[in-house]
Amino acid sequence: MSDLTPHDDHGSAPARLGHSPVADSPHTLRVADTDPKAAKRAERQVASMFLLSMVLVVAFIVCYWTIDKSTNIYIPVFGEVGLMTIALGLTSGLSILLIGTAAIQWAKKLMPDVEVVQQRHEMVSPEDATAEAVANYERGKEESGFVRFPIIRRTLIGAMALFPIPLVFLLRDLWQSPVSGTLTPAEILSTTIWKKGERIVVDATYQPIKAADLPIGGLVSAVPASLPEVQEAEGNLNARGKAAIILIRMDPAEIVSQQGDGWDYQGILAYSKICTHVGCPIALYEQRTHHLLCPCHQSTFDLANSGNVVFGPAARNMPQLPIGVDSEGYLIAMDDFSEPIGPSFWERG
Amino acid sequence: MSTTSPVEKAGAATATYVDQRLGSNKFLARNLGKVFPDHWSFMLGEIALYSFIVVLLTGTYLTLFFKPSMVEVVYNGSYVPLKGIEMSEAYASTLDISFDIRGGLLIRQMHHWAALIFLAAMTVHMFRVFFTGAFRKPREFNWIIGVVLVTMGLLAGFSGYSLPDDLLSGTGLQIARGIVQAIPVIGTWAAFLLFGGEFPGTDFISRLYAIHILLIPGLILALVTLHLIMVFTQKHTQFPGPGRTNDNVVGYPLMPVYMAKAGGFFFVVFGVIALVGGLISINPIWIFGPYTPDQVSAGSQPDWYIGFLDGALRLMPNWESTIAGFTLSWNILIPALIVPGILFTVLGAYPFIEAWVTGDKREHHLLDRPRNAPTRTAFGTMAISFYVLLLVGGGNDIIATAFDVSINSIIWFLRITLFIIPPLVFVFTRRICLGLQRRDQAKLLHGYEAGRILRLPHGEFIEVHQPLSVKELAVITSKNDIEPLPVPEKADIDGVKNKKFKSHNRRAKLSRFFYGDNIPLPSAAEIEAGQAHVAHDAELEAPLAAYEDADELRRAHGGVLHHPGMAETNAEQEAER
Ligand code: HEM
Ligand code: FES
Repeated sequence: MSDLTPHDDHGSAPARLGHSPVADSPHTLRVADTDPKAAKRAERQVASMFLLSMVLVVAFIVCYWTIDKSTNIYIPVFGEVGLMTIALGLTSGLSILLIGTAAIQWAKKLMPDVEVVQQRHEMVSPEDATAEAVANYERGKEESGFVRFPIIRRTLIGAMALFPIPLVFLLRDLWQSPVSGTLTPAEILSTTIWKKGERIVVDATYQPIKAADLPIGGLVSAVPASLPEVQEAEGNLNARGKAAIILIRMDPAEIVSQQGDGWDYQGILAYSKICTHVGCPIALYEQRTHHLLCPCHQSTFDLANSGNVVFGPAARNMPQLPIGVDSEGYLIAMDDFSEPIGPSFWERG
Repeated sequence: MSTTSPVEKAGAATATYVDQRLGSNKFLARNLGKVFPDHWSFMLGEIALYSFIVVLLTGTYLTLFFKPSMVEVVYNGSYVPLKGIEMSEAYASTLDISFDIRGGLLIRQMHHWAALIFLAAMTVHMFRVFFTGAFRKPREFNWIIGVVLVTMGLLAGFSGYSLPDDLLSGTGLQIARGIVQAIPVIGTWAAFLLFGGEFPGTDFISRLYAIHILLIPGLILALVTLHLIMVFTQKHTQFPGPGRTNDNVVGYPLMPVYMAKAGGFFFVVFGVIALVGGLISINPIWIFGPYTPDQVSAGSQPDWYIGFLDGALRLMPNWESTIAGFTLSWNILIPALIVPGILFTVLGAYPFIEAWVTGDKREHHLLDRPRNAPTRTAFGTMAISFYVLLLVGGGNDIIATAFDVSINSIIWFLRITLFIIPPLVFVFTRRICLGLQRRDQAKLLHGYEAGRILRLPHGEFIEVHQPLSVKELAVITSKNDIEPLPVPEKADIDGVKNKKFKSHNRRAKLSRFFYGDNIPLPSAAEIEAGQAHVAHDAELEAPLAAYEDADELRRAHGGVLHHPGMAETNAEQEAER
């Protein structure tokens, strides 16, 4: 440790630029350096923090065994909170924190506060080391014959380039097309389970809907009647993610335009529920303006006007589902959506 | 040597045992006394490290109970409002952690808080490194590692946030999937491969789990280790001060002071995270309910570190183009991939850009004061203001409700100011820095103003200037004056045309832009003369020391200190009148 010099002895090291003689700022002694009583006090302080830390571990154990995990307490600002979480957090947190504060107090009050100086050395290697490295490299190159045997060199490079390819192939089956590998992702994204005659049912209750059930200004989240079976068969929520719609009803006179002639039923319109921006489901509807607002990035669609984008980052209309009624007067789909629902993608066109 | 206690004897024996096998004593000899400079801002990196350790510990605990599965189960735990409801096993097990495992919620909340603190500390640490120029040679590699660490941190946080499969996390994933799907050419395939088909599918949580608990933390751990090894071998930078040069390190030795302080600080960070995790609720997933792709809660917000991306998505106009039957969703590509891509690339490349522009090839171990690199500082604040505006954009719905303004006007305001405020911030910061440089120069030449007026015997008023302290002198003169690169010659003396004139000239222009307005330090002689002159002021004032209370004296004379020599003159003048 020869290059360790206490800063105090360092005298007047020049500032980096050496413009002016810079003496070190004088080192002031702390109370605990001069007064043995103060040092004793500091020692007691540090030790009692360690002691308290141990006591808190015992408190933690007591809390763990005695508190009922379902007990809630009310604390102003924090509100209704679980007593167990708070008690365990307080006891373990404080016991850990105290170890830290004790150590820092110890360092600050009782360990030397004299800064020391160490020299730096440039990172660059000494020239002889570099020369030796180069010599070793040259020898290795020569002995391996990397230059002398060009065919080996080239085939080596080729082999190294190709060997990761199987690894990439192995990732291919992260997904397999369900219909014996014939459908592309784009094709799958372009259809939903809606089809002509599919009944429209209320989400969650799966009740079919009659036109009279829906007042003007009302909004209902709906799904295809066959969704539960499909969900059961497929074992996932994918069909739901694409088929979810909202039904809204407005005065037919207020409908400015639709995506297809007569796609409404007596002023009832069905639109996809999935935002065409990046796919959040939407159900914030303002009946006065007929605007549908996406909570994620605030794209706004005008449902009285073909679901056009009136504001926000979405680029495409909300797709509309053509609807009608069946012989019993229940709302049904007249077809699938005429375009892919949800976010755009490359092959969408 | 006082290795006398049995414990120490055992320790010494162990050290010898290990040393005979690894030669470790050489390492200890070199490093137990290694000096670490001290400054509060050096603790930012420590906070990042310690909170990462807490994340590892708490995360490992969570894996004991968390089930990364999207299989639907019926919840039957002790949280009554959700009893009997179908949900994924992932969500159900997170509820169990929160309500049925004693201390489970504490650990969950600690994990989440530690993650937030980890990212915040890394970010601020990065700012410190940037504004003090600590990224300069020889530390460029470590800067790049740092930028990769921040990126990995973002991914770690986002992947963790998405695991519990509650309504909020699922919404985040849906957005992420929409972004992946928008990638040209491979988008749909990438999304299908990642998610194992359509959204949400049944594979993604378990795939994400491997990424969250193994891949990313493993990478972060490896990079952090490398990062620290480099800090260790290159030795820490230091702020300027008396006796601190570019060739030395002034600070406390590893053993005992630094060890006690840094070790203690680990426990402080750990303890504070435990307290916060115990007291302050975070991500109460039971309120949001299980995920289903057709529901969303209004006002859903991501964690803060994702906010800038969310803001960028919100502010982007709805551009989309169709070329030859293929769709390019600029409204998604620009905010989610292109802008962040540029932001992080420039960030990573910055040390090299600056070195190229300035032509500075020296090693730097003494930190810059931000004012002494005005263009860099301005560049940094500009980037921060851009980032903050995006972050504000991410909270536009909250701002709209809180201040009762329309979301549309906030978005338009931000869309426009995003291009106005950052350049303004650049200009202002640069000005402020140069102003501070001018003030430093004045201090060197004239000392600093003591705020006292002195009237000299012959009636002249002077403002008392005081010489700078040793510390101030050292700090101010630490400035690194770099000349802008010279304008290259169009042709050399023999008339041979300089083929690289254009590129060299461009670089020289950039360099002038970088350093052109620099206010150089006065010469050593000028500083000495200035300080000597100032010292003379002090001498003039010295007789005043006789008065016990200079303030009282000043008050007596209407705020002006009179040189004691004046007393008689005054009396005479008054007598004349
Ligand atoms: C590398 C930095 C890491 C970050 C930034 C991070 C962040 C997060 C976040 C924000 C959550 C959501 C917590 C919540 O429910 O509110 C989470 C969940 C989780 N993390 Fe991490 N994590 C990290 C590393 C780890 C590691 C190393 C492990 C395990 C060895 C782990 C295990 C888990 C588990 C099991 C969950 C799900 C359980 C739950 O949500 O309660 N994490 N993580
Ligand atoms: S997902 Fe609807 S606006 Fe972005």
